[in-house]
Amino acid sequence: MKNNILIIGGGPAGLEASAQLQRMGYNVILIEKSPRLGGHLAKWDRLFPDGVPADDVLGGLIKELNGVKYFTDTDIRAINRLEKSYNVRLTNGITVLSDAVLVASGFDLFDAVRKEEYGYGIYDRVITNADLEAWFKTGSDKRIDNPRKIGFVHCVGSRDEKSGCRSCSKVCCATAVKQAIEVKQAFPEAEVFCFYMDLRLFGRHYEDLYLKAQKEYGIRFIRGRVAEVSENIDGTLVVKAEDTVASKPLKATLDLLVLMSGMRPSASGKAVGDLLEMTVEEDGYFAVRSGIAAGQRSPLPGLFLAGAATGPKTLPETLADARAAAVEIDRYLTEIFPDARNYKQLVRERW
Amino acid sequence: MVDFGFGLVPSSRINLDLFDKEKYEELAAMEPDVRVCMACGSCTAVCTAGRLVQTSLREAIEDLKNARPEKALEMLGACQLCGKCSMVCPRGINTRHLILSITKVYSAG
Ligand SMILES: Cc1cc2nc3c(=O)[nH]c(=O)nc-3n(C[C@H](O)[C@H](O)[C@H](O)COP(=O)(O)OP(=O)(O)OC[C@H]3O[C@@H](n4cnc5c(N)ncnc54)[C@H](O)[C@@H]3O)c2cc1C
Ligand code: SF4
Ligand code: SF4
Ligand code: SF4
Repeated sequence: MKNNILIIGGGPAGLEASAQLQRMGYNVILIEKSPRLGGHLAKWDRLFPDGVPADDVLGGLIKELNGVKYFTDTDIRAINRLEKSYNVRLTNGITVLSDAVLVASGFDLFDAVRKEEYGYGIYDRVITNADLEAWFKTGSDKRIDNPRKIGFVHCVGSRDEKSGCRSCSKVCCATAVKQAIEVKQAFPEAEVFCFYMDLRLFGRHYEDLYLKAQKEYGIRFIRGRVAEVSENIDGTLVVKAEDTVASKPLKATLDLLVLMSGMRPSASGKAVGDLLEMTVEEDGYFAVRSGIAAGQRSPLPGLFLAGAATGPKTLPETLADARAAAVEIDRYLTEIFPDARNYKQLVRERW
Repeated sequence: MVDFGFGLVPSSRINLDLFDKEKYEELAAMEPDVRVCMACGSCTAVCTAGRLVQTSLREAIEDLKNARPEKALEMLGACQLCGKCSMVCPRGINTRHLILSITKVYSAG
């Protein structure tokens, strides 16, 4: 029997898992609530650490879909667990009986407006990492007008309990270093500053990127969180921080400030989670069955998780997670699901 | 002058707007490694002069970037050019050479 598998979310995680499961012979149905596939990857221009075009990576993922049935502009209307399978009603009117469900609902970018002291949406020359990616892609943004002094603010909406997020978003240090290099390429005369608390450049080649930013692009890294931003009458910005290496308060006048908005759990993912009463952890992301050993199984039998739905991940981590989820789903559907007589016991022992 | 009973203290705040880019670039052209310091403090930790007189290459580099060249020179004033710091720098900076270049570029007016 060809089992139905529903995949919720057409970002990198959903796309990769769909392609893998389709290849294994399953009947995959992929839904994406926005008008196009790709998730956040569709918004990025070039990727850290090597600068490959995001469109090439996304194109590759979509090509691998190889006939997977997918619906865009489609969300979940209702979902409930039957004895073994999930009965799902989609917003496009279609009903699916699915033997396994993969939640790949990803993340939302932290809304920088909420960090009022940085002035996003108030001062003209304060933008976010996502705005800068859009500018790299399109070249049009009135706020970016040949800036001579550019600052990057790390940890915006991350590592900040006051804005509701204690944890690190993992990708924004590398994004800041990457974008700092890219703006310096665009404006070679500019002075570029990164304001950080810790530089978390943990991945392969990331430290090389940091060294390159210092050595070849002269980017200045200042340890200290930006505490306050104000606007001069001419539109330039005054930034205040402590240089905690020098133990001195510091101010700088800048022409452009880029906020590294962090990752927050997806709101539309959470809506699906609410329908199924899925467990979330204190950080707002979905809980996995067992943190270390089974990172793709949710506490509910037959319900799987992949990608940024279980916390911040880089793209390679997301794709590896999606492939792991495909293997887990296959194992469940071949070893546990078909055994009608012992299903409950097998779930107890092996889920 | 009237004595008001208090004096004005110059601001100890770092003002990056005062950064002399031209001079720093002059140094960086001679000494590209000045850019790659990651403020780890190894040099300061082992400095032979630092136990007696405050001496810190890490701080000197920081001071240059923070528009305080006079402080940078102060931090290197007691340096004996012993080269111990170059043995520990994880970025492989030729620290003695860098110290000489800093002194050359920034002492000359
Ligand atoms: C500023 C920034 C820059 C980055 N740059 C890089 C980089 O250069 N290199 C790198 O390796 N990583 C980068 N990343 C990380 C990368 O974006 C993520 O790893 C990746 O997008 C995670 O994929 P995902 O599929 O889990 O989630 P997402 O990309 O968020 O996709 C989730 C999808 O699910 C959909 N969805 C959600 N809920 C529902 C629902 N209820 N029904 C239907 N669809 C739903 C959403 O619309 C979305 O399309 C960056 C991240 C940020 C924030
Ligand atoms: S990755 Fe860097 S910028 Fe992002 S939250 Fe973590 S420490 Fe802050
Ligand atoms: S060379 Fe100068 S700064 Fe370096 S360890 Fe010797 S005395 Fe200290
Ligand atoms: S040891 Fe090297 S990298 Fe570390 S602070 Fe000194 S000069 Fe910088």
